[in-house]
Amino acid sequence: MAEPESGTPILAAEHVSLRFGGVRALTDVSFDIRKGEVFSIIGPNGAGKTSMVNCISGRYRPTEGRILFEGQDITRMPPNRRAALGLGRTFQNLALFGHMSVLDNIMVGRHHLLKSGFLRGMAYWLGGAQREELEHRREVEEIIDFLEIQHVRKAQAGTLPYGLRKRVELARAVALRPKLILLDEPMAGMNLEEKEDMARYILDLNREWGMTVLMIEHDMGVVMDISDRVMVLDFGKRIAHGGPAEVLADPHVRRAYLGEEDELVREDAAA
Amino acid sequence: MHLPAGDFRTSYRADTTIFPTRNSRIALWLGIAALCAAPLLLGRYEMTILIQIGYFAIAALGLNILVGFTGQISIGHAAFFGFGAFASAGFVAQGVPVALAIPLAGLVTALVGLVFGLPAARLKGLYLAIATLAAQFILEDFFARAAWFSGGVAGRVTESFSLFGIRFDQPETYFYIVLFWVLVMFVGAANLMRTRDGRALVAVRDHYLSAEMMGINLAYYRTLSFGIASFYAGVGGALYAHHILFVSVEAFNILFSIQFLAMVIIGGLGSIMGSLMGAAFMVIMPEAVQSAAQALEGSWVDTALNLGSSLNFLREMAIGAAIILFLIFEPDGLAHRWRLIRAYWKLYPYSH
Repeated sequence: MAEPESGTPILAAEHVSLRFGGVRALTDVSFDIRKGEVFSIIGPNGAGKTSMVNCISGRYRPTEGRILFEGQDITRMPPNRRAALGLGRTFQNLALFGHMSVLDNIMVGRHHLLKSGFLRGMAYWLGGAQREELEHRREVEEIIDFLEIQHVRKAQAGTLPYGLRKRVELARAVALRPKLILLDEPMAGMNLEEKEDMARYILDLNREWGMTVLMIEHDMGVVMDISDRVMVLDFGKRIAHGGPAEVLADPHVRRAYLGEEDELVREDAAA
Repeated sequence: MHLPAGDFRTSYRADTTIFPTRNSRIALWLGIAALCAAPLLLGRYEMTILIQIGYFAIAALGLNILVGFTGQISIGHAAFFGFGAFASAGFVAQGVPVALAIPLAGLVTALVGLVFGLPAARLKGLYLAIATLAAQFILEDFFARAAWFSGGVAGRVTESFSLFGIRFDQPETYFYIVLFWVLVMFVGAANLMRTRDGRALVAVRDHYLSAEMMGINLAYYRTLSFGIASFYAGVGGALYAHHILFVSVEAFNILFSIQFLAMVIIGGLGSIMGSLMGAAFMVIMPEAVQSAAQALEGSWVDTALNLGSSLNFLREMAIGAAIILFLIFEPDGLAHRWRLIRAYWKLYPYSH
């Protein structure tokens, strides 16, 4: 694993709660992610994992608590401004721009790095838009190369098979040049071989591209193998937190996954 | 995208051209050359048709950027077309030369479009459709009442195009002005769609949630696409005004707006060349039906079916039938059909 740096965490969630009417999606969840680590959130279905990621990416606004990115409070920042800070994400259910080519999908990831507005875009050859496009194309090609999707770069994204689409989505998030990349179930619905590839990409992104990774994943084998630290959510509460082995040995986690009664959860259900 | 075997790209520049193959570029230049020679070969009636196709295509392209590329809806496009026509006529009445009045009319219409596009930042789908319907009626009412702007119910007479003392007042000459604007506007749109903001528009259409995560400001781009669409409508309207030289309120009603939607649907949503094809179809088809109806008049079909005066309604019925047939059999429009034809010939005779 990359050597996690000490000091300010890249992301800190402080006492985050999220309620939809009477439903409590998250209750008082706190954690921090250190720069350079692979941090995983696991938990049974409906535990609030995706809600947590949505709070970080700005899709939901926490009812209570705050979220700090590199020490800056981003709790109320609109989602589209978070890309420029260095936050990228992929979605649990594929969210590609289906009618665009793979290349254009990835180029959309460069949006906040490109400067040419619509007027310079329309003038293309005159205002420098062409030069800018070609410069960014070079870097996008590196990402395409890294994720091994050269053969489909001109294909329409919506027509690709599932595994490839997952990779294109990862490529698009990488194109943002994020410091922290949020991966919501990057391996859902993949076969063993595809999972192995994806695990390798994630590790490379972490070690060679220097990205901090926050990942939600159900495959315990993968989570335990590649994570530096793991947080376990159940019914919107943090029930365990720490290194993979530590978390695996935690009695609360065992109960959550084996479906036994747990005092932490019971308290919540009674409320 | 299919390229002929052996056609390899060696630079990113070569890979980002609008017309990908050598043959398509040759066809483009031959097409432009043929159009430039058209006034020498065709009659006045045909030139008028080409001019109509030109300004309708510009406005339809604007609507396509809004509806086809950004995925919004507008049923008030004719009102913006009309606003451009009145604005240009108004500028000319103030002494602005026609050549300058056309782009100015486009800009003023774009501003009006931005104002009426503001609801688009918050509304989607049917709700937005109703909001644009309101724009249609507000503007129509404005045309009828603001006599200083539109000449009121009497309408406004305007001048023909002239530049450096040369008058372009005949269809054979005015055609070149329209051709110039068609080229500029279509190249502009093609460029837009291969750069940052054009991709952002399509991203908003395809998946607005992930577009937002990519750093795209949804409200900005939804409103911007109204601005751009109105600019195109304004320029198209201005070209129309200096073609027929008289602008009056009745022309820009909701039926006209729906005709623009029909052009975009028939041509192909989200296709730049489709806008041109759709406009051509919607201009040529009624003319064709008209001449067919004239040919039928007094013939055995006419007497057998006792059509008589209802022949005149064939035109309107044909437009409706065309829209329905396209929606059922070719929902991707003429542009898609054209792609299929090209693919067929590229592989002919080994289509497998």
